[in-house]
Amino acid sequence: MTGLARRVLLAAGLPLALLALWWVASADSQSFYLPPLSQILEAFASTWLGARLVDDVLPSLLRLLAGFAVATVAGVALGVAVGSSPRLRATLEPVLEFLRAIPPPVLVPIFILIAGIGTTMKVLVIVSGCLWPILLNTVEGVRARDEVLEDTCRVYGIRGRARLRHLVLRSSSPQIVTGMRQALSIGIILMVISEMFAASSGLGFTIIQFQRGFAIPEMWSGILLLGLLGVALSLAFRGFEDRVLGWYHGLRRAERGPS
Amino acid sequence: MSKTLQIRGLRKVYEAQGRSVEALRDLTFSVEASELVCVVGPSGCGKTTLLRCIAGLLEPTAGEVLLQGDRVAGPPPDLAVVFQEYGRSLFPWMTVRGNVELPLRARRLARDRRDELVTGALAAVGLGDVHGAYPWQLSGGMQQRVAIARAVAYEPHVLLMDEPFAAVDAQTRAELEDLVRAVWRRTGVTIVFVTHDIDEAVYLGQRVLVLSSSPTVVQEDLAVDLPGDRDQLTTRSDPRFTQLRTHLYAQIQQAKRGGQPTPPASPEGLAASPGG
Amino acid sequence: MRTGRRRWWQGAAGLAGFLLLLELIPRAGVVPDRYLPPTSRVAGALAGELGRPAFWAALGDTLAGWAIGLALAVGGGVALGLLLGSVPALRAATSSTIEFLRPIPSVALIPLAVLLFGTDLRSKLLLVVYASFWQVLIQVLHGVQDVDPVAMDTAHSYGLGRWARIRHVVWPTALPYAVTGFRLAAAVALVLAVTAELIIGSPGLGKEIAVAQTSGAVPAMYALVVVAGLLGVGVNLAARALERRVLAWHPSTRREAAA
Repeated sequence: MTGLARRVLLAAGLPLALLALWWVASADSQSFYLPPLSQILEAFASTWLGARLVDDVLPSLLRLLAGFAVATVAGVALGVAVGSSPRLRATLEPVLEFLRAIPPPVLVPIFILIAGIGTTMKVLVIVSGCLWPILLNTVEGVRARDEVLEDTCRVYGIRGRARLRHLVLRSSSPQIVTGMRQALSIGIILMVISEMFAASSGLGFTIIQFQRGFAIPEMWSGILLLGLLGVALSLAFRGFEDRVLGWYHGLRRAERGPS
Repeated sequence: MSKTLQIRGLRKVYEAQGRSVEALRDLTFSVEASELVCVVGPSGCGKTTLLRCIAGLLEPTAGEVLLQGDRVAGPPPDLAVVFQEYGRSLFPWMTVRGNVELPLRARRLARDRRDELVTGALAAVGLGDVHGAYPWQLSGGMQQRVAIARAVAYEPHVLLMDEPFAAVDAQTRAELEDLVRAVWRRTGVTIVFVTHDIDEAVYLGQRVLVLSSSPTVVQEDLAVDLPGDRDQLTTRSDPRFTQLRTHLYAQIQQAKRGGQPTPPASPEGLAASPGG
Repeated sequence: MRTGRRRWWQGAAGLAGFLLLLELIPRAGVVPDRYLPPTSRVAGALAGELGRPAFWAALGDTLAGWAIGLALAVGGGVALGLLLGSVPALRAATSSTIEFLRPIPSVALIPLAVLLFGTDLRSKLLLVVYASFWQVLIQVLHGVQDVDPVAMDTAHSYGLGRWARIRHVVWPTALPYAVTGFRLAAAVALVLAVTAELIIGSPGLGKEIAVAQTSGAVPAMYALVVVAGLLGVGVNLAARALERRVLAWHPSTRREAAA
């Protein structure tokens, strides 16, 4: 068996086998809670591949992206400010540690109080959850910048914006991206929660409605969709990460030495 | 002849947690234009502190550094430094070319001029064909060449080198030493070269400054009267070379033992003894 | 150390300043105080909560769900991680499945949990275990990957069986990773426990917060959020302390594998 065929088999083997098992095992299912996979897939096609895609799924995703973007910009900006000043860091550390320890879903009722149940609330919830990993990771990255690199910038007159771009941001980018990755997972969770808790539209709302209305195959199809979204976003992020941190992966490989 | 670099009464005291450490007590020497001066001394004698003060990276407690008559208070624009840790002084997300070009872009030079300088500098250090590579893809010696190219492209009046070849293998070190001399003769830049390797100091320098151990003063200012054309084989087997290095070695041993000679008022050379 | 003490003062000052700000902003009318009660009122509500037996019961429910779920997740994650990591064939076969399942947001299981278990403890556990398990598993897999092949070969050549090899070579290397996984899982477990209480209505702090919000007891709601935050801080500190103790006698110089 060729190397490529072997790799494909390994990668696809277990997932396909599990899917097949699910299909076969549930084919004759009379269980109310666990309908046949074929039924779930049918429900998937009829529920999501239509108007609902635009009405519910797309707005949810856009809210996620908006919240994530705002959190990234704010988190990096604040993180650079705090990370660059030891005094500021020491002063704000307990407050930040407390704020980031609050489980983000708990803030949903607060935001509902302040902003109602519309789009603003949902975006605020996402921002409030995504902000902390990015902020704290940025602080770590900025704090740990290399002194030799800093001296180099001073000697060669690399100041101001260039210094910010090259010395501060680029060299902290591995940490910032780690924060962004954590923030993305939290963002997805909050996107769904903000819609499940109190909303009138959106992905989470729709799925909960199915569950309350005991539309079981549709509910399962919703779960499936959430799973697929999670995977798709994760892959997209990894693509982004490879582009931005290609140099870092190469550097780490070189550091680890030939193996 | 105008003195490019003048160090007068340089003193540096570090304060930390209630204790003060006098790293440099009183350093006074000067460097002429286009001279290649090496600085040696026992470990911990403050060679790096001295270099950082000259580069404006560190503020002295007393005394002053004059670069072409102007007081140094912060990194001056016509001074470049090559650090020992080449891996950490190059930006890993930029190509070799990008690294060499960055200071020139900060200086807002026109693109044509930048390209000219970068290409010339990379050719001068023999890296013309790897300009698209990333630093971590290169060997240690090549990375240090990139750092040197960056300094060369910057067209400084003074080049400071802080034990640049300490972390490089002996074979590569020999090549890089020759490279430094070649670049120096081509560009006429003034070089202050800090090293712990006595052989290297004699091989490279026109003068060698010996620093005492802490608290540091200039213990000796030795003129190296070897011929201007040097190469690894013949120069190092020259009897004069051996004499000089032996003398330096003795000086350093004395410095290590803590002998505190008064700093010489004027540079003294060792009179060449007849014969060998 | 002098600098350590100075930092303590600065941090305390920062915290005090933060609390003062939250006292003044609603009083000054910048934000209506029915949305953001001043600190003093929240503190009063907090004192009130502490006197309520129902509060302590809820706190106990949250902690119970968190602890049980975490224990299950850690046990399962470590066991499966060691198993998969030690048998390369298994690792290769399951790698793609893990990568696919991992990004599926735990909130996708909420409808299923409600359907199967209602507001029972088990629905909370379903969410907590699912989310925390991955954190532990991924870290342990990284740890097993970090094992020195030379040490393994040496053990093999001395005739150590598979189980002995795992005990003496694999486990010590993987231990720091497992502890990091525990720390990450502990935080995630708290978030999911509170989420389950908030959305599904399982007994616990989250449910109390939801009740407070719907009944308009705003200061009490904020007080409970503060408790949740303090709980989070406590969990973080305890997990970090554990990590330090384990790593103190463990001569490991590896960096945390990005979660």
